[in-house]
Order: sequence, then C-alpha cells, then structure tokens
Amino acid sequence: MLEIERINVSYGDLQVLWDVFFEVKKEEIVALIGPNSAGKTTTLKTVSGLLRPFAGEIRFEGLAMGNMPIHKRVEMGISLVPEGRGLFPGMSTLENLELGAFTAKGRNCKEETLEQVYQLFPILKKRKKQAAGTLSGGEQQMLAIGRGLMSKPKLLLFDEPSWGLSPLLSKVIYEVIGEINHSGVTILLIEQNVRMALQLAKRAYVIENGRIVKHGDGRNMLNDQHIREVYLGTESV
Amino acid sequence: MNLQVSAQSLIFGIFVGGLYGLAAVGLSLVFGVMKMLNVAHGELLMLGGYVTFWFFSLYHIDPFLSLLPSAFVLFLIGMGLYKGLFSPLAKLHEEVKIKNSLLIGFGLSLVFHNLAIRLWTADERSVSVFYSGWGFSLFGLRFPFIRLAGLVLATIVILALQQFLTKTYFGKAIRATTENWESAALMGINIEKTSMVSFALGAALAAMAGTIVSVGYAIHPAMGLEWTLKALIVVVLAGLGNIGGAFVAGVLLGGVESVSALFVGPYMEVVGLVIFLLVLELRPQGLFGKRSE
Repeated sequence: MLEIERINVSYGDLQVLWDVFFEVKKEEIVALIGPNSAGKTTTLKTVSGLLRPFAGEIRFEGLAMGNMPIHKRVEMGISLVPEGRGLFPGMSTLENLELGAFTAKGRNCKEETLEQVYQLFPILKKRKKQAAGTLSGGEQQMLAIGRGLMSKPKLLLFDEPSWGLSPLLSKVIYEVIGEINHSGVTILLIEQNVRMALQLAKRAYVIENGRIVKHGDGRNMLNDQHIREVYLGTESV
Repeated sequence: MNLQVSAQSLIFGIFVGGLYGLAAVGLSLVFGVMKMLNVAHGELLMLGGYVTFWFFSLYHIDPFLSLLPSAFVLFLIGMGLYKGLFSPLAKLHEEVKIKNSLLIGFGLSLVFHNLAIRLWTADERSVSVFYSGWGFSLFGLRFPFIRLAGLVLATIVILALQQFLTKTYFGKAIRATTENWESAALMGINIEKTSMVSFALGAALAAMAGTIVSVGYAIHPAMGLEWTLKALIVVVLAGLGNIGGAFVAGVLLGGVESVSALFVGPYMEVVGLVIFLLVLELRPQGLFGKRSE
C-alpha cells in the first residue's frame, strides 16, 4: 500500500534521512522505532507531505506522490495523528472533529463517522462543546485520534501516540489502535515506547541516525539482542 | 465645556470607531492566517473608497448600493496581489517571511498612494448624496443619518463575518489555519487557497470601510497610513484574531479619541498611541484576548 523507496530528506543543509526505505502492506500495523532524533518524525512528515525528499520516491497504492501537496494526500486516504497532537486549541472538540472531515469523502459520511468516533471515545461526546485546549492530556490524544479518523483514511500514521500519557492510558490508546486496525485501516506508527509498539505491530523497522538498520517481524524483534540491549534495557540471556 | 458637547463628541467618536473596527478585522484576519502584516491595508481601504467614488461620479450609483460591488472589486485586486506578491513568500521561513511582507507592504502603499494622486489628484474627495444632511436629534444630540447608517452597516458586516467564520466549513478552515497551519493542512485544507481567499476577504473588508468613509467623511490619497495605524492599534487592543473584540475595541478607540480631542485638541492621536503602548505593556494578549500557551 505504502512504499518508501530510498528517500533522502534534509532541513536546509542538514541531511537527516539517508536512503530510508520501508513498506506497509494493506491492513498491516507497522512500527518504526528508534532513539530520539533518529529521523522518525521526519519520516512521517515526509510521508504526509509536510517535508519533501530531495531524492527517492514515495508510492501510495502504486501512485508516485512526488510533489503532491499535503491536502491531496489526505484526499487519497493518508491521515496523520501528529506529534504533540496538533489540535486547534481555541476551537471546540466538535469543531476539531468536523475539521477532520474536511475532505469531500469525509464530509459525505461525517455524521456516521462522528458516531463511530463517539463510540470509540464516549468522553469526546461529553466534551463536544469544550475548547480542545482545555481537555486533559488523555482526552486530547483521543481527540487527535478521533480527528484523524474523521477523514475515513486508508492509512493512519501515528506519531508517538503514547506521548505524555500514563501507562494505563497508553494501554487504552494502544487497544484502540488495534481496534481501528481491525476495522480495516492500515497503520504506521512511530514510538519511543518500543515494547508496546513491538507487541502491537506485525512488522517493525529500526531507524538509527537517519538510516534503516534493521527490520523484521514485530514479535521476533522483541527477542532481538540489539533491540533488547538498546531499547528494552534488558540484558539478553 | 459642558456635558452636551462631550456626549456629542462621544457619539461621533463611536461612529468613526465602528469604522476603525471594520478596518481592523480585515487586517487581523490576514495576519492570523498568513502571519504577515499587510501595512498596505489602509491603502486598500482608500482604493475601496475611490472605487465607490467612481461608481458614484461616473455611473451615479448610490454609495450604499455600491458597498458590495466595491468590495468585490477589491476582492479581485486582493486575489491578484496575493497571487503575484504574497504567495511566493508563504514558503519562506517565519522571520524572513515577516520582513519581506513588510517590504512588499510598504512598497505597495507607496505605489497605491502615487497611483491615487495620478488618477484622482491629491484633493480630498467625498461622495455627497442628496440625503447627506438628513438626520435626527435626540436629547439635543445630533445623529446624522449617513454616519448612523455607516455604523449599522459596519456592525452588520462584522456580525456576518463572525457567522461565516463560526458556521461555515470554509470559515472554520480559516480559523483552523490561523491556529495551526500544519495541522490544518493535515486535515486536507488547501492552505494556499485559504490564504488567498483570506487576503482577498481582508481587502474586501477594507473596501467596505473605505466606502463608508467616502460617504460620511472624506477620502484622499494619503489616508492609507493613518488607517493602517488605527487598524493596528485596534488589533492590538482587541487581541489577535478576536473579531467581535476588534469591533468593541474600535468603538472604544473612536470614543476615547473623540472625547480626548476636547481636552488635548490635535494631540488626540497621541492618546490612542498611549493606550496602545499601555496595552502592549500590561496586557499583551489584548483586552479581550486569551493568553496563548
């Protein structure tokens, strides 16, 4: 569904991604893991169009996205739940959700999707008139995910969904991500909480210093010596 | 100096203040979406006034009827200016963008100023309709019809703008872009189009203010800077992006200026600027603004 072919991305003169490649197949959950500033967020931003690669290609459902603007990618079915949630803090919860359904496709089934989001996160219905900036951290993450779903995406990208959440809330959010995947949405997520990500993901890629250094089956990765030492903090036996 | 005179000054101040508010909402809208200060906003207001003047003197169209046609003409001019001059800036880094937009704005204001002298001479012009002198008195206070109509129209336009921004999808897109343009783009909002329409809408709002100024007051080629300043003061008073607040702040500034003119005469402009500085110092988020995180 999504093919990343050796993309190179730089901020001005500073190159941060080097020949990054990976693939997400239909209805999979793929995790991209790695330490801080390894290039995880940059990768997601490049997929969603906020950044442009100076070399390499991104294909979505076989179509090269090259210089396609961000809003066209949303129309094609790519939705990003951004790092730090990126809500519209002065607007109400409902308005945030409505904006999620800005595309023609999203607008056509707005009421229906809204009901599904409320079923997933009943608290959002209670908070619908409240300004998004006044919600708690957990509610804000729920709103960000709900908003991401409103465009009826085929591929949903998550940037650190457990960021700033308690372990319990993180677990809830991860269960929901699993449910969303069961409903047929393909998922690509990046995460610092490596254990959680690997338990959920079917496949995973490890990115270090802007390069993909390892990839494989999610569960197998949990037993990988390098992963255990560097990311899980457990000595291998 | 008696109460009667003060009250009359206050009323005239409120009339002109409504126009300050109308001039300010356009400036605020453009700044919010594009994070660029359009210092030629007052010149757009002037152009709007002259367009109305042309409609009136060449085709004998009543200025209140030409409110929307003039706004439409400036909407188109705004679209052209955005496409030709401001759009290329949108991709630049924040700081460079602001600097360049200021340079373009100052350049534009010079161009429009001189163009207006060319086209309409440096004389003051005014649209004088047959009902110019109409009005009524209440408690010995004079309410000229055209100024009252100007205030009512300004109020209606601002209320309509507020409805547009809160009730329609496109209006919500404008507010979303103002709050966080990256997230707005990720919702599928076309930022380029939203910016263009916002800029054009800002020009149209300026034109409506200019139209009302041309009837109740006078227009001349050098009026632009003065109006940009008034609009800027009002935006700072109200807090950025606060449409209803801008109107109230405009009326407030008009009232204060007008009454203080009784005491300090020509220094009334200074009073406005002092309030401007005090608000910046003591309440930088504006009188009605929320403190941003």
